[in-house]
Amino acid sequence: MFMRKSLIIASVLLSVHTVHAQESRFGEPATDADIAKRFWSVFPDGQFLPEGEGTAVQGAELFVDNCEVCHGSPEEHGIADALFGGIGTLGTDKMLATVGSYWPYSTTVFNYIRRAMPYTSPMSLTNSEYYAITAYLLSANGIIDEKAVINKKTLPKVKMPNRNGFINAYPEIPDKYKTKFD
Amino acid sequence: MGQHNKKTMTIDATDQAAGGGLLNRRFFLTSTLLTSAALASAKSAFGQEMVGQGQEDWTLYPGSDALEYGELSRFEVGRVKKLVGEVSGGRTATSAGRTPHHNLMGTITPSGLHFEVTHHGIPDIDPDRHKVVIHGMVKNPLKFDINALENYPTVTREYFMECSGNSRICYEDKPTKQHLDMTHGLVSGSQWTGVLLSTLLDECGISKDAKWIIAEGADSGSLSRSIPIDKALKDTMIAIYQNGERLRPGQGYPMRVLNPGFEGNTSVKWVRSLYVTDKPVMSRFETSKYTDKLYDGNALQFSLELDVKSVITRPSNAMSLAKHGLYEVTGLAWSGRGKIARVEVSADGGKTWAEAAIEGPVNSIMLTRFRIPWMWNGTPAILQSRAIDEFGRVQPTRKELISARGNKAFYHFHAIHSWGVDAKGGIEHVYA
Ligand code: HEC
Repeated sequence: MFMRKSLIIASVLLSVHTVHAQESRFGEPATDADIAKRFWSVFPDGQFLPEGEGTAVQGAELFVDNCEVCHGSPEEHGIADALFGGIGTLGTDKMLATVGSYWPYSTTVFNYIRRAMPYTSPMSLTNSEYYAITAYLLSANGIIDEKAVINKKTLPKVKMPNRNGFINAYPEIPDKYKTKFD
Repeated sequence: MGQHNKKTMTIDATDQAAGGGLLNRRFFLTSTLLTSAALASAKSAFGQEMVGQGQEDWTLYPGSDALEYGELSRFEVGRVKKLVGEVSGGRTATSAGRTPHHNLMGTITPSGLHFEVTHHGIPDIDPDRHKVVIHGMVKNPLKFDINALENYPTVTREYFMECSGNSRICYEDKPTKQHLDMTHGLVSGSQWTGVLLSTLLDECGISKDAKWIIAEGADSGSLSRSIPIDKALKDTMIAIYQNGERLRPGQGYPMRVLNPGFEGNTSVKWVRSLYVTDKPVMSRFETSKYTDKLYDGNALQFSLELDVKSVITRPSNAMSLAKHGLYEVTGLAWSGRGKIARVEVSADGGKTWAEAAIEGPVNSIMLTRFRIPWMWNGTPAILQSRAIDEFGRVQPTRKELISARGNKAFYHFHAIHSWGVDAKGGIEHVYA
């Protein structure tokens, strides 16, 4: 009984609120600081990329210090995901999907490594260091020159080799890849 | 059932439902009636024996005290999840715990056996310091902690959750010797309680131009996925309870996104940010991972909805058939789009099919249990199940799936699973 009554009261309050001001029943206003702490996304068009910059030459050294122990080098795979090579192997028996051969957006590299790597100490480097390592991953995959300066202006302009390799399957898988009953 | 049943159990032509010994799904119903009548007469004979004689110790001595949190019987302790991937500091791969469906019945997976896949480990979150912010294309950016969420009218619904990497091993060239935990252990069913995301979005006042919501978790990878707005407004919930208890850490404590029928990775655990926007973020988990590589070098992206799928959980290769006779074939069926309409079972590798009984009530986007009696006469058999959902989607054969997409997709394997039974009663996973 009590529950039902309070739900009715709550929905009356809601309708009053939606008519007058958009106010929350139980949520609190989120401040810029609340959002900044929790929101790490950067988009393919460069939206939300931070200040800072770096080159592959700088990134090469940072990669050796922070990443190589797990990911290996362009010459030798490590124990974690391969990050180099494989361009042109998709769809073949020698398929090797890496940042270079498979990832469609350069911004995803910065987005992911800044929030998640190094695996055991994520978010432990500066924005410029993450730009430099991003530049190194792109350059070691032969996508950009090792002297190219990577920052919030230049990164979104880098076109990845497999940029057109993805087919949207939402809300429906294209007929071509359906089984006869899908 | 045993002896009494055997005496009264005769099978005539009208009981046959398909080749290889599959019987009409109502067969067990009629034979049960005969069994209980037989048991009643056995009971009255037993009443003449001496009180307490032949009883086990646990009947003759008082047992232990109640526990604060119930445990499995000590005889059941091995029936746990199968762990894959290093789970300690030196982790070099995704960590997963897989549900052992060959040990389970019903449709609700115990919370402790619900599968878990974590790319960046399970965080130890203090709920007093955790909030989710909703921001972006909204009038009022808001934040909610678990106490705030609990004040809203909640919804309680049963849903399955499946990782789209479930059954990946079945793309491989050879059938596997592994049990169901490794082939089908990344699907589980639970009752979830939470607040509909649409309720919260309504209070934030979202823009009519919103098309996607970017969800981010508080784990050490801040895992993120883009969720289409039509889904978010339809049935996505922020779940805070599972099977009546607050979420377990491995399921997103204190709060997670739950996108019913979508691949599990989109149901972002430990959610702390929901950014409303007009474009997907193209995160690592919707580009590098959870995209389905096709035979032609392309890949499907945002293949979010789960397929129609089923598997026989008993018998399975975790057991063998000790003697000829009557068995119950049972398993689970599910569809990411809605309800299971029908499940068919074959004992002859798909030549003939019989309709299985479905245990109701059938919930939309939930595991559905099917069963059918099977008389095994000792000849080799191939047991298969095939699910059909309310939209007429039919589970494909492995051949059909691979010819449509190739065998490199890694994700969304949903083809018919085959158990080969040999003349000795041994059971193996086979491709048929
Ligand atoms: C302690 C080992 C370790 C270290 C050090 C490490 N990583 Fe990783 N990295 C991993 C693991 C494990 C994964 C896969 C996580 C998962 O999804 O399960 C990964 C994933 C990645 C990926 C995604 C790969 C793909 O194809 O999806 C990239 C890119 C990456 N790491 C870059 C880096 C960079 C750059 C550094 C250094 C700043 C770094 N990693 C340091 C272990 C490590």
